[in-house]
Amino acid sequence: MDGVHDMGGMHGFGPIVRDELSYHDEWEVRVHGISNAMAVNGGGRFSLESLDPAVYLGSSYYERWLLARINTLLQSGVITQDEFDASVANYATNQQADLPADDPEAYAKALSAGDARDTEPSVDATAPRFDVGDQVVVCTIHPDGHTRLPRYVRGRRGTVILRYRPQGFQDHEPIDDQDGVQPMYAVRFEGTELWGDQAEINSSVVLDMWEPYLEEEVATDGE
Amino acid sequence: MASEDPAVLTKALESLLVEKGLITSTRIDEIVKNYEEDIGPMRGAQVVARAWSDPAYKERLLADGRAAIAEFGFTDPHGAELVVTENTDEVHNMVVCTLCSCYPWSVLGLPPTWYKSFAYRSRAVSEPRTVLKEFDLDLPESTEVRVWDSNSDIRYMVLPKRPAGTEAMSEEALAEIVTRDSMIGVGEVALGSDR
Repeated sequence: MDGVHDMGGMHGFGPIVRDELSYHDEWEVRVHGISNAMAVNGGGRFSLESLDPAVYLGSSYYERWLLARINTLLQSGVITQDEFDASVANYATNQQADLPADDPEAYAKALSAGDARDTEPSVDATAPRFDVGDQVVVCTIHPDGHTRLPRYVRGRRGTVILRYRPQGFQDHEPIDDQDGVQPMYAVRFEGTELWGDQAEINSSVVLDMWEPYLEEEVATDGE
Repeated sequence: MASEDPAVLTKALESLLVEKGLITSTRIDEIVKNYEEDIGPMRGAQVVARAWSDPAYKERLLADGRAAIAEFGFTDPHGAELVVTENTDEVHNMVVCTLCSCYPWSVLGLPPTWYKSFAYRSRAVSEPRTVLKEFDLDLPESTEVRVWDSNSDIRYMVLPKRPAGTEAMSEEALAEIVTRDSMIGVGEVALGSDR
């Protein structure tokens, strides 16, 4: 989706503030751990992109993670609004209140059920269309679902500089892996192709391009 | 809901997930401990130091980063591709994720806040030289600045240039001077720098 998360080239965010910490608060550590450990789908990147734009821009990094996880679990019905509200009210009254006891058996069962659902992407036997050195043009799209194709590179011309092992195609998440794996390339774009006269001298950007992102091949005169 | 204290929301969420058997607090503790104690830029520094010390290793590393880094036992549980790009006088590489916060955490640990900041994500691709100057790195115009926007599950790590005057140093001593920033590509390694 074309949301505020797609930030490449945007103006207005000011200088880089050299904050070297990964976490600032104990709850952030917890959010990171929860996101890695939970045995149900937490919504992945699409749930982050789907946050209200003002919330996205107004929240800290781990606040976005937290809100995206909560939204996803409420939407999928894993937790209900009523029970969540009750749980919030409980800890709002007493932040030191104990957590319930672990149920390792139920957790193991939930994890293996999740593993069984995660099928391997189908391997597409199609040979890659492009070679290193080929000039390519990126397709123009405007999807409301998940995509990993940033706006700033759509329609631009670049050169294939590396060919990778095929990778799982991620557009249309959360129904991920629907499209199996696709040939994958590293494509280099001149700064001037992306930013025109405002490009900085002798600069370039490389992006990972699944083959469906590359729309056409341009004749290269054997360059 | 959003007006609630995130610490309260976090605890409310953990509590419900534990209650439903969808998580255990013990497992969360293990993950947190692993990141705190075992995964960090000292891993990447060891890889860089070996590449500087052993030409055959460097060749393997640049040809297949994931396999060469696995020689150290550093792996990504999802088997993500890891590509190492070499800085030279001709090309300086730097890494960003404009869409979210993709980062080679299996070799560098968790990203610092600036890497995830809107300023870095938005500006690294369009004004990389200006960004590098904010990191006190001023590169000559003759060096191409090549920005790798990690938009897929492939992860990138930079192999920085080995500084002059380090010829006699052991692999272990070299690993001590390799900085995290140099492996993201927003810094260079200098003699006397300290991770």
